[in-house]
Amino acid sequence: MAGAASALFLLDLKGRVLIWRDYRGDVSSVQAERFFTKFIEKEDDPQSQDPVVYDSGVTYMFIQHNNVYLMAASRQNCNAASILLFLHRLVDVFKYYFEELEEESLRDNFVVVYELLDEIMDFGFPQFTEAKILSEFIKTDAYKMEVTQRPPMAVTNAVSWRSEGIQYKKNEVFLDVVESVNILVNSNGQIIRSDIVGALKMRTYLSGMPECKLGLNDKVLLEAQGRTSKGKAIDLDDIKFHQCVRLARFENDRTISFIPPDGAFDLMTYRLSTQVKPLIWVEAQVEKHSRSRIEITVKARSQYKDRSTATNVEIELPVPADATNPNVRTSMGSAAYAPENDSLVWKIKSFPGNKEYMLRAEFSLPSITAEEPAPERKAPIRVKFEIPYFTVSGIQVRYLKIIEKSGYHALPWVRYITKAGEYELRLM
Amino acid sequence: MSGHDSKYFSTTKKGEIPELKEELNSQYKDKRKDAVKKVIAAMTVGKDVSSLFTDVVNCMQTENLELKKLVYLYLINYAKSQPDLAILAVNTFVKDSQDPNPLIRALAVRTMGCIRVDKITEYLCDPLQRCLKDDDPYVRKTAAICVAKLFDINAELVEDRGFLDSLKDLISDNNPMVVANAVAALAEIQENSSRPIFEITGHTLSKLLTALNECTEWGQVFILDALSRYKAADAREAENIVERVTPRLQHANCAVVLSAVKMILQQMELITSTDVVRNLCKKMAPPLVTLLSAEPEIQYVALRNINLIVQRRPTILAHEIKVFFCKYNDPIYVKMEKLEIMIKLASDRNIDQVLLEFKEYATEVDVDFVRKAVRAIGRCAIKLERAAERCISVLLELIKIKVNYVVQEAIIVIKDIFRRYPNTYESIIATLCESLDTLDEPEAKASMIWIIGEYAERIDNADELLESFLESFPEEPAQVQLQLLTATVKLFLKKPTEGPQQMIQVVLNNATVETDNPDLRDRAYIYWRLLSTDPEAAKDVVLAEKPVITDDSNQLDPSLLDELLANIATLSSVYHKPPEAFVTRVKTTAQRIEEDDYPNGSEQGYSDATSQVADGAASPPTSSSSSPYTATRQSVPPAAAPAPAPQVPDLLGDLMGIDNSGAIVPADQPAAPSSPPLPVLLPASTGQGLQISAQLTRQDGQIFYSLLFENNTQIPLDGFMIQFNKNTFGLAAAGPLQVPQLQPGTSAMSLLPMVLFQNISAGPPSSLMQIAVKNNQQPVWYFNDKMGVNVLFTEDGRMERGSFLETWRSLPDSNEILKEFPGIVVSNPEATLDRLAASNMFFIAKRKHGNQDVFYFSAKIPRGVPILIELTTAIGNPGVKCAIKTPNPDMAPLFFEAVETLLKA
Repeated sequence: MAGAASALFLLDLKGRVLIWRDYRGDVSSVQAERFFTKFIEKEDDPQSQDPVVYDSGVTYMFIQHNNVYLMAASRQNCNAASILLFLHRLVDVFKYYFEELEEESLRDNFVVVYELLDEIMDFGFPQFTEAKILSEFIKTDAYKMEVTQRPPMAVTNAVSWRSEGIQYKKNEVFLDVVESVNILVNSNGQIIRSDIVGALKMRTYLSGMPECKLGLNDKVLLEAQGRTSKGKAIDLDDIKFHQCVRLARFENDRTISFIPPDGAFDLMTYRLSTQVKPLIWVEAQVEKHSRSRIEITVKARSQYKDRSTATNVEIELPVPADATNPNVRTSMGSAAYAPENDSLVWKIKSFPGNKEYMLRAEFSLPSITAEEPAPERKAPIRVKFEIPYFTVSGIQVRYLKIIEKSGYHALPWVRYITKAGEYELRLM
Repeated sequence: MSGHDSKYFSTTKKGEIPELKEELNSQYKDKRKDAVKKVIAAMTVGKDVSSLFTDVVNCMQTENLELKKLVYLYLINYAKSQPDLAILAVNTFVKDSQDPNPLIRALAVRTMGCIRVDKITEYLCDPLQRCLKDDDPYVRKTAAICVAKLFDINAELVEDRGFLDSLKDLISDNNPMVVANAVAALAEIQENSSRPIFEITGHTLSKLLTALNECTEWGQVFILDALSRYKAADAREAENIVERVTPRLQHANCAVVLSAVKMILQQMELITSTDVVRNLCKKMAPPLVTLLSAEPEIQYVALRNINLIVQRRPTILAHEIKVFFCKYNDPIYVKMEKLEIMIKLASDRNIDQVLLEFKEYATEVDVDFVRKAVRAIGRCAIKLERAAERCISVLLELIKIKVNYVVQEAIIVIKDIFRRYPNTYESIIATLCESLDTLDEPEAKASMIWIIGEYAERIDNADELLESFLESFPEEPAQVQLQLLTATVKLFLKKPTEGPQQMIQVVLNNATVETDNPDLRDRAYIYWRLLSTDPEAAKDVVLAEKPVITDDSNQLDPSLLDELLANIATLSSVYHKPPEAFVTRVKTTAQRIEEDDYPNGSEQGYSDATSQVADGAASPPTSSSSSPYTATRQSVPPAAAPAPAPQVPDLLGDLMGIDNSGAIVPADQPAAPSSPPLPVLLPASTGQGLQISAQLTRQDGQIFYSLLFENNTQIPLDGFMIQFNKNTFGLAAAGPLQVPQLQPGTSAMSLLPMVLFQNISAGPPSSLMQIAVKNNQQPVWYFNDKMGVNVLFTEDGRMERGSFLETWRSLPDSNEILKEFPGIVVSNPEATLDRLAASNMFFIAKRKHGNQDVFYFSAKIPRGVPILIELTTAIGNPGVKCAIKTPNPDMAPLFFEAVETLLKA
């Protein structure tokens, strides 16, 4: 079962090695480069697009970020999930250090990149990927740095995500409950998939080592405590916690207790697969007239209470690639033709509940068509929106207790927002 | 926090190296640091700066941590090429490993472990010993990994210096990160050793489960992966373990979740209570579904694993098929995997919705995805009888869209549906015939022709349709020609009228005289002869009822599935292949191969490196791998071969543990009198009077090791035991060796039943088998045997001609390997064929090629690996050319050996 990476490569878009770190001396960068440059050339072959590929004894696992490929090579049966996730974490670390991870920033900081590669992985085993803690002992600005006398306790501590001795004048916590609605409606108008993916995004500015406890209107918990809740209690399908949350404790009595990292992090994410009524329903009718023009009629309806308002609504309508001369009218908002995406984007700044808006568009089509019937690109209608002060699931933060031995009083601020996730309606 | 390091990449044109040299020796600190940065920059872009070695190493003694790290990095890169100079760094390393700053102590040990130079390794031991007991956990966690590094370079040193025990002590360390790294190191060492080093006892189990709650996410993965090897004693223990692991399913790190799933699935095998199992399945479903919201690369790994999980436990995700519906923007590799799982989860309950999805996908633009979606509809039809009709109607709708490749793919799957449900859906044939002209892919054409031939009696103009293909007969690919031939014969047998009669003459003529394809010609001749001698017999043969087909594509063999499930989250589970199929990690532990014949030889004997040390002989790593990387490590020439047969007492400890209930063949059972004498493997001169002859044999599908012991000593010998080292096929004894007390001057035969796949060695396949035999009176004897792979050939290796051809074609040409046996003469082909058949090498077909005969054979080794063999020879003349085609071409040398042995016999 044991297995580890042999080397890490940072490559440019053509697959050339920018920087690499050899952990085991059993792969060669020349061979990896030769393989990978060829590999990314043949984009058409779907078999060649898998993110895990094997070539003469070596497995290459890679991800892409901006104009950089991050790739791990291994000769063993290593944990692929762990290595690929590690590559994504590596992106986070680099982004924390260099603001943006791209070819140029790697070149500009190659000394730190080498230092980081030495610290986050040893002999191919992932070691430590908390950027904030790393930055306490691997610093970019070499001139300010004196010899660090020891690694931060956090590196090896049970609490590996927070250093001791943090001080704030004003102790505050911001908690954003963000719910993304994913929906897939098929061409018959049936909702075939709908789920809600929620995240509790926290920003903490707290001194010392605060113990936090979070209470939600979690049905399982409330029932276990024998409480009949005043409002709605919700049933979360799957919950994932940041590593700071004590999982065993949660498993025992559903208490969410933790010592938070400093700054921004996702405390938990959850998923509900309950059927939700689509918040914004879009119907499009496409009429083709004698091969010369196409008429699209779109109705968009908001299906939430009057007191809520969606903002920044964007409805992306697919149009044929060969359409020209757009002529668009809307009852609200504005529409812009985006030929580069073969779509018409309808933007509505503010969309109150229980309202219906219309769009009518006409395009010309070339009169000559190919004889051979070819499938048309069938992109779905995609919708983006945000509804502040509202959650679809009805999740509520009942309390957030913060206890620190110095006894300070901390202020928690909670906000709710719902937005569109993967919100797709296939054309009828 | 952006840096400006890119300036170090710019170079001044005039003699870069001398300039750097000068700067490295500057009296100003800053200048030296800048110079080192320039050197590293040059190294990064691939320039050779190894000539600056001494100058860079001179900068190593510095208070500046950043500079020190750069120099260390330089050393890791160039020490190998400058081993003599690398020694210059040792003093500083040793000094740094005692620095008051734990960062520097750890850095020194970490870096030393990365420098694979023997001279440095020697000096690593003392610092490592200290660091393993360091006060600072950061140093200890680094030292723990360093033990694994050292083991990779020099396993003996690790064992001699007791590092393994120190490492095991770290499992009880109070720091969770140290524990996790110690576990990772031990698991790795265990992987590369055949001796039990890291055994998880109940005690370590509970310690590690506790550490699980406190260590970093990556550490949790190490621990879960290591613990998944643990076999619980009973259902109760399994339940307890599962209870402590389930909270991990809530971890945000997908790798932790997958490793927890692996461990739970392993333990579930032991749990008997259906309630508990059902409950666990219910608990695992949501986390598995959530994995599909992860990054696409992780989704890919998750989907490959879910594919395995639903094969073993279909109920877990039975109600979740919707989450596998493809999103428009999913990368193609995710879509393909989702499709595969949708087919697996399709049932009568959800098929309508699934079909709607497939139909949607079949009209997308990505050709490969579209094809796979059409195939998926066909596979659902074959899987779900009640849904077949709906599947067909979807396929017909798709055909109506008239997109060329959709039509072709649909016809291919409809052919399979016809085979699965004969006489049910033929009414649609007319619709299919409309698309006849658009077919241009061989498989689609062949499928359509098959349909026409099979249902010739129901298609009024079947003869016209077939005739339209006949014109281009010579240009068609072989696949189409073969179908056309068969279909015409079918047509003729069903409608023996004038038109078909003419057609058949054209076809037979084309397929015999005008072609050089042996398969086509052979088939045509058979039909010809059948038709001309007995048309009724021809009917019986050609129009015989065909066996019903099932959809077992992509179903894995249960034992392979077991192995893959034990490897969840790893590459093995992504490839759906056992690790040994792709792990090529080069072992660098000391090896004990003395025969030059097998330079690519297998594992070292018993990994009991101490045995060599016990002799006092220096035993450098004598890796025999062909890898260039290890080759460079063989800087020390092998010393005199270690004395054979040293004492290995603890090996025998294991032997005592062998269960006595295994299949036992009495030792005194006489060997078949006709069998030739066994080859002597341990001559009496080497065995202090004991002579051992042995050979692998196959009887009734079972492999035996046939042994003859001859006691030429002056004393009775008893207490014989045998052990096999890891080998390519994992051959090992199935039971204890049964040999009675041997009086001086007597001998005994023994048939030892063998099992496969017990202790499989990694590395390139080899026929080498290393054996140890002991008795109560003498030292342990080690000897080598060469296994004839032919004993592995299974009784079910016979292939139908059709599948032989299909397999032959499906394998790329790179899988075909040739070898000549110049000395072998085949004078009596019949006898040879019989002999080969007796050894499970089955004759398929024969053809003439000039004055030579070409024979085709099939054989199979366990785990279903087929071997296709082509022998070309001129009867009576020396020289046989052997071509082997197999999915595992790296095993070809072994097969050549086997074929040669069989031909010689």
